[in-house]
Amino acid sequence: MTDQLTFVRNQMLPPQEPPIREAGVVKWLRENLFSGPLNTILSVVGFAIILWLAANIIPWLLHSVWNANSLGECRQIIAATWGEGATGACWAMVRERWHQYLFGFYPMDMYWRPTSAFFLMFVALAPVLYNNLPRKMIWFTAVYPALAFWLLWGGSVWSPVVAMLGFVVMGGVFTLLKDRLGVPLSAGIGFVAAAFWWLVLQGPLASAIHSVLPIGLTSVDSDQFGGFLLSIVIGVTAISASLPMGLLLALGRQSDMLLVRTLSVGFIEFIRGVPLITLLFTASLLLQYFLPPETNFDIILRVIILVTFFAAAYIAEVIRGGLAALPRGQYEAADALGLDYWQAQRLIVMPQALKISIPGIVSSFIGLFKDTTLVAFVGLMDPLKGITQVVRSDINWKGIYWEPYLFAGAIFFLICFGMSRYSMWLERKLKTDHR
Amino acid sequence: MKKSVFLGTLSAAALVAGIAGAATLDDVRSRGELICGVNVGLTGFGAPDANGNYQGFDVAICKAVAAAVLGDASKVKYVPTTGETRFTALASGEVDLLVRNSTWTFSRDNDLKFDFVAVNYYDGQGFMVKKDLGVSSAKELDGATVCIQTGTTTELNLADFFKANNMSYTPVTVADDSEGQRQYLAGACDAYTTDASGLAASRATMPDAESHIILPEIISKEPLGPLVRHGDNQWGDIVRWTYFALVAAEEYGVTSANIEEVATSTQNPEVKRLLGLEGDLGAMLGLDKEFSKRAIAAVGNYGEIFEANIGSATPIGLARGLNALWTQGGLQYAPPFR
Repeated sequence: MTDQLTFVRNQMLPPQEPPIREAGVVKWLRENLFSGPLNTILSVVGFAIILWLAANIIPWLLHSVWNANSLGECRQIIAATWGEGATGACWAMVRERWHQYLFGFYPMDMYWRPTSAFFLMFVALAPVLYNNLPRKMIWFTAVYPALAFWLLWGGSVWSPVVAMLGFVVMGGVFTLLKDRLGVPLSAGIGFVAAAFWWLVLQGPLASAIHSVLPIGLTSVDSDQFGGFLLSIVIGVTAISASLPMGLLLALGRQSDMLLVRTLSVGFIEFIRGVPLITLLFTASLLLQYFLPPETNFDIILRVIILVTFFAAAYIAEVIRGGLAALPRGQYEAADALGLDYWQAQRLIVMPQALKISIPGIVSSFIGLFKDTTLVAFVGLMDPLKGITQVVRSDINWKGIYWEPYLFAGAIFFLICFGMSRYSMWLERKLKTDHR
Repeated sequence: MKKSVFLGTLSAAALVAGIAGAATLDDVRSRGELICGVNVGLTGFGAPDANGNYQGFDVAICKAVAAAVLGDASKVKYVPTTGETRFTALASGEVDLLVRNSTWTFSRDNDLKFDFVAVNYYDGQGFMVKKDLGVSSAKELDGATVCIQTGTTTELNLADFFKANNMSYTPVTVADDSEGQRQYLAGACDAYTTDASGLAASRATMPDAESHIILPEIISKEPLGPLVRHGDNQWGDIVRWTYFALVAAEEYGVTSANIEEVATSTQNPEVKRLLGLEGDLGAMLGLDKEFSKRAIAAVGNYGEIFEANIGSATPIGLARGLNALWTQGGLQYAPPFR
């Protein structure tokens, strides 16, 4: 048989190189950048813009000056080093004023206080953010707000301690009455008892203990707060307070009780219908008219409260979205197991609804943190506008334009990017479906 | 019904504010601190330095009042105010005194119910152009593009000026001074207009200051001064006469350096009254005899304050101009201490 066949290949030919147009970089470029006339034009234009930006920015960054005492001196150094007409960044401003960007006018010899409060914040956040840490750490998280308040504002150590005892009172009353009166009523009575503690007993008690055992730090006024210290204080407080508040509002909006539902809907729609800047002006200007003249109601506290309200209304709607995405069967299953309302929420509904809402919640938080710069309009020293205006009003730095924005923007980016990466990690970790 | 309730609340609030305002001096004394509304940051006039201490031409008035009333120029709490919040801060009683380069106008005096107690700086709106534009008068700016801050009185003055001279212009609106300066330097507009003091400060910090000129025309009157609420005339008088003491001190050659020497050697009865050595002028204000002496000793006389913060020795380099004493052709004039 084989002799009859004229030719049978019995060994493989070595594979040939693919045509140059169909391999490697050229193929990638052809497919991704130059696949048609429109794409080719867009690619060329895009490259031209990138090149133009780079040609303008890179020399400016390469000509950076770090050691100078004024903008004029920066310009002289740049002109002397790179010739007349060269432009360059004057980071000497950041070198001289970085502490104001970070701490505002906080007394310099006490920078350790906000710094340690900042790092302890991560210790306090860790058990909330990562569930493989020892559960006992949550106690530190519970104490942290009082600790941070004391570190930042100073004063007698007993005021925050007594204030924290108010929560103990609330918890005590709640546990005592829970079995007899049910959850909502005993929580309400607990809250009233704690409010009584804070409004009536706190002041005299704290000063009484302080007169016996005077332990305290030098107190620092709110008007000395500024820069990222202010942004982070407002942002972190509002973020941590708005999540539980938004959760309750979202539940309230779905409640069957008419009064609770109406109040929740009214609150959410009112706050969402008003720009944040209006609320800030309310905090700074309007409240002053309605409070007694000698009330010293701290401006930062007023701002924090209204920013929290603002964030809570948005969070409530995000969580409502998560609740709406749950199949009805989940609620019915909870009822069938004989769980009461709070147990069902805690064990079945909320874990699923919150998981769905993570991206929305985190973007609300990121937006809220960036919105803290709006406090500049009520005369607080935010890092972007307030501190920058102060720096520019120094005759040495008048006329500086891009550097302050780049510096503040870089720090904002770091923080917001961190939050965003954490939320992506959390989503991946909690992923249980197989879609 | 709703409306009347609202108005009732408002008037009650106003009443409360009025009562609060009636005894500012007592409030300041019992607090041990003067609360002074200042600019968040305006070169030379008021801004915190690298250490957070407020400095400037306006800030010196706050210090002088604190020295007169409390005997210590450092007992001032500075409240930074923005253009939007400044008048409400004063009206609501959040600050005792506002010294924030605010222009004295009819409506602010009467409609907003404030008292401008003095004019510590006579400013006016001017123009800055590049030298190679070849313009030497604002009247030659027909058809020019002009950088202008939005929402300020300067915007209205500019429109008035061009209309009155039958000229046209293209406005390039900017948000604040730093942006205006940048746009002007980038060539987005032919001329930059704002208060003359601000122009001088901007020009001083430009990379090529010689190639820019400030045109001679001043197109508006901007009398800047400290202001207090209506309804507490005693407090207004304290601020007014503390300020006049600084002006009179310059007129009679009393400085923070020589004040003790003058006090022992002077024979001039007016100077003696000014320094509280004769008569009892302070008591008429509810203060002690030496209130004005303390104010002068703490911050210096008007001329010293001017030179230290914005004068020709500083980088801003403003000339006295209208702010010279009346004896030297300016408008600064203190009524007699008698």
